[in-house]
Amino acid sequence: MSSETSQRTTERGRIRVSGFDVERVDSRDPLSSWQPDLQSEEGRGRLEYAWMRFKRNRLALFGAATIVFMVLLAVFSRPIQLPTSFPVLAGETVQPFSLAPADPANQDVITGYREPTLENLLTWPPTGLYLFGADWAGRDILSRVMYGGRWSLSIGFIAVAMALLVGIPLGSIAGYYGGKIDEIIMRLVDLLYAFPFIVLAIAVIAVLGRGYWEMILALVVVGWLPYARIIRGEILSVKENEYVTAAKALGSRDRSIIARHILPNAMAPVIVQATLSIGTTVLVAAALGFIGLGLSPASAEWGVMLNVEQDAIARGRWWAGLFPGLAIFVFVMAINLVGDGVRDAFDPQGDQTDTDTGGLR
Amino acid sequence: MSLQRFVIKRSLITIPLLLGISLLTFGMVHAIPGDPIDFITLFTELDPQTEMEIRAEYGLDQPVYIQYIDWVTSAATGDFGRSIITRDPVINEIMERLPYTLVMGIMAFGVTLATAIPTGVIAAYYRNTKIDQASRVFALLGIAIPNFLLGLLLLLIFASWLDLFPILPPTSKGILSYDMLVYTLLPAITIGTGSTALLMRLMRSSMVEELDKDYVRTARAKGLPERTVVRKHVLRNSLISVVTVAAIQVAFIISGSVVVEIVFSYPGIGRLLVDRVGNRDFPVIQAIVLLIGVAVILANFVADVLYAYLDPRIRY
Amino acid sequence: MAMLEVEDLNVRFYTDDGVVKATNDLSYRIEAGERFGVVGESGAGKSVTSLALMRLIDEPGVIESGEIRFKGQNILEMDEEEMRELRGNEIAMIFQDAGTALNPSYTVGEQISEAIRYHIGLDEEAARERAIETLESVGIPSAAERYSDYPHEFSGGMQQRVVIAIALSCDPDLIIADEPTTALDVTIEAQILELLEEVATEFDTAIQLITHDLGVVAEFCDRVMVMYAGHPVEMAPVEDVYYDPQHPYTVGLMSSIPRIGDERDRLQTIPGRMPDLIEMPPGCNFHPRCPYAEESCTRMEPQLVDVETGEPADPINSDAQSAACLAHTGELTGELDYEVTVRGEDDPVGSGDAASSAGVSDR
Repeated sequence: MSSETSQRTTERGRIRVSGFDVERVDSRDPLSSWQPDLQSEEGRGRLEYAWMRFKRNRLALFGAATIVFMVLLAVFSRPIQLPTSFPVLAGETVQPFSLAPADPANQDVITGYREPTLENLLTWPPTGLYLFGADWAGRDILSRVMYGGRWSLSIGFIAVAMALLVGIPLGSIAGYYGGKIDEIIMRLVDLLYAFPFIVLAIAVIAVLGRGYWEMILALVVVGWLPYARIIRGEILSVKENEYVTAAKALGSRDRSIIARHILPNAMAPVIVQATLSIGTTVLVAAALGFIGLGLSPASAEWGVMLNVEQDAIARGRWWAGLFPGLAIFVFVMAINLVGDGVRDAFDPQGDQTDTDTGGLR
Repeated sequence: MSLQRFVIKRSLITIPLLLGISLLTFGMVHAIPGDPIDFITLFTELDPQTEMEIRAEYGLDQPVYIQYIDWVTSAATGDFGRSIITRDPVINEIMERLPYTLVMGIMAFGVTLATAIPTGVIAAYYRNTKIDQASRVFALLGIAIPNFLLGLLLLLIFASWLDLFPILPPTSKGILSYDMLVYTLLPAITIGTGSTALLMRLMRSSMVEELDKDYVRTARAKGLPERTVVRKHVLRNSLISVVTVAAIQVAFIISGSVVVEIVFSYPGIGRLLVDRVGNRDFPVIQAIVLLIGVAVILANFVADVLYAYLDPRIRY
Repeated sequence: MAMLEVEDLNVRFYTDDGVVKATNDLSYRIEAGERFGVVGESGAGKSVTSLALMRLIDEPGVIESGEIRFKGQNILEMDEEEMRELRGNEIAMIFQDAGTALNPSYTVGEQISEAIRYHIGLDEEAARERAIETLESVGIPSAAERYSDYPHEFSGGMQQRVVIAIALSCDPDLIIADEPTTALDVTIEAQILELLEEVATEFDTAIQLITHDLGVVAEFCDRVMVMYAGHPVEMAPVEDVYYDPQHPYTVGLMSSIPRIGDERDRLQTIPGRMPDLIEMPPGCNFHPRCPYAEESCTRMEPQLVDVETGEPADPINSDAQSAACLAHTGELTGELDYEVTVRGEDDPVGSGDAASSAGVSDR
């Protein structure tokens, strides 16, 4: 080897260098412990790397903690009993805790109730746990806000999950097969995009009527559009990649190609979009509740709580609306923090960081 | 010259979209299980003679595609039939409400542009400083706050506590009266807050992107004053991409108006829509949904044409 | 006194990941009308050096210490107003990618004449005329008509000519050309270099040419500075560097210049990558990639020394060939046993260690 490499020469025009034996560098032991630092980061999976970044983002973690807290409050606000029609454990209590100070449906729970003012809120008034005051029917607002999370939050999570279940397959089909199917699906997406989110949801509710599942369906009809677009776009760009061609050549069936090769690559933007969508969906669901097209006026869904009190709020009984409103606000805020965190985690080259290296090239 | 060709090409794409949304809005009624006539008669028992007459009046005795063609052609001339609830022509009901929503929307749009663009520019110029952080916090708040909560809070503070506005709009004075215009500020600000938050951040990121481009360095290397660099070179390019987004705000403002009109008992299209959904007054619902779809499609069309006009690189 | 004297320039970027030491005690000079080359891999701190001359380093970069004297005046002490007078007027810059260096939404004419209006104070019409003249002088055909074309209506080579025209428009004394031909293909590259050479002679302008291509330097420059990881590692008149390189990195660069028909990566022959300027190897920064590195290279940081005397170099006042390698201060046990031969001549014209060449010539 050495005889060959020592003869190695390179030329530039008339000039030739010989004896510059670079293989010595690779063959010798490293002289110092110094390592080019980027090498340690390669080899890790994209998800793992994103998770590492996410963990360092304190705002996003705070958002995630807030969401977990609100979900736990909703779950443990009142005991959960399985319906009697349930095949096993019918009528059993599966969740015995009851954090809410009062039954959210009980009227006139607060005896010796004092009207909440900014002062007595701050001093944790003698009305004790009835911190948020009572609504028009004398129901404890704190309990209703805690319990109401079951409606508002579950609508958000379920609607987005279902939207993913519709959008990803349709987007995959459109992107992977192209042609007529693609044309039909994407034209439908374009059409539905011509309507603002809430207008389309209202139209669907106009057709289906009001109710929990009707509302979720209305939100899914609008909600699947971005995923279909994202997945299709990703697939179109990934499709040309060699490993897909290779997989095809090896005889993989279409479905397994999509599932194994394309979807993992397209996941990042979908996860970001889905996270942010939970916030939007909760917001739209609450808005639908507020304009009286959501759940029944008796339910403790946050938007509905504002709806039944809107005149009272405008005329000064601010607490009746402020707290359910704040609950929506805090949740959407937390979701957005998480969503931004997820986006930054997947896309470290985003505009927060790209300026850090300044003009260095 | 070639801009005309672009406009023509772009409008050709718009036509099938318009047809598509008309099909969707028409199909709405037929997606409901049951006989459409029940929505007209509100499930009252009718003798066959009257039922036949009503079917004829609403064209329900025709095949569906004929019904569609009839509906579209009369819709194109502004005839959406009669409301089931009030028995008034739909178009009259809409025209009565439309000016209110238009004025409110224009005001909201103005509020958005007037605040979002300067603040976005400032945030971008002072990126990663306290000023930028503040704008980011405002954007997060503005996006997360439900517009109905914001509207109620504004009512509570400015109408109930400070007594600067009445709680209910002075509708009887008409939309162009001074009092009504002043009152409209409240819903306009309410709607504008969310879209300001969005547009401000978009303006910021577009501007940051432009500020990082090489031509900015070229301009600085020419020795131009920083103000000229930003105002002449950067701003123009970042505005090009923001124009598109600004037009999309039309959809955002329409969404907002639907909810915010309820908050302020504002006599606009959105409130009409919500009221009639409750009553299942489908001729009115269809007309409004169609109008909104057309408005959004036209706004996107205008955005694309503006973009093409502003950016010399656009390929026609 | 030279026209431009850079002394102990230190530029730092304070990033979240650490402090980027973009240039370290950088000193050099450029005489009036001289062509000075700055060579190195990307990330070596070449561009930062040139932006520092214009004081155009963006956040979070700062010029930490040092002096940049232009015609005897330290530009680091100028106020923003004085600095603007200099930029584009006395010192102009040509950028790497003309396609992005031009503002897409203004005509090329406007982009030239705005500088003329600002610096020379000509009115609209006179500035336009001068801009057209400049466009003609950089070889743009029918310049008057093309004045009102947009950048995207020009080809890559023509765009680069426009960028050069912007630089020339106010008749500067120094042009900093930052990789002006990297984005272009070979034939256009040759044309642009020729043009630069022409205008440099015609306008008697000094040029600081930044490139990663030693071949370009050979054709164009009088003197050259080789940079590695923010340090100057070799500085000499261009013939000395070519026929008698005195730093292993320079040799590595020379042996890795591609030739036509050679498909290998540009820097294949230097193993590894340049460090990221945050956490640099101890001692000599080049030692992890250097075939001649020894244990002592990890301990001692080599200084730029005169290769003849081994004394610390004086890059501002002396033209002597200098290099930053421990071999020249006698702290290496081995030798730099490479050889440089010029084809057609039998004898090696030079070798790394001038005193003892143990390498074997294969011809």
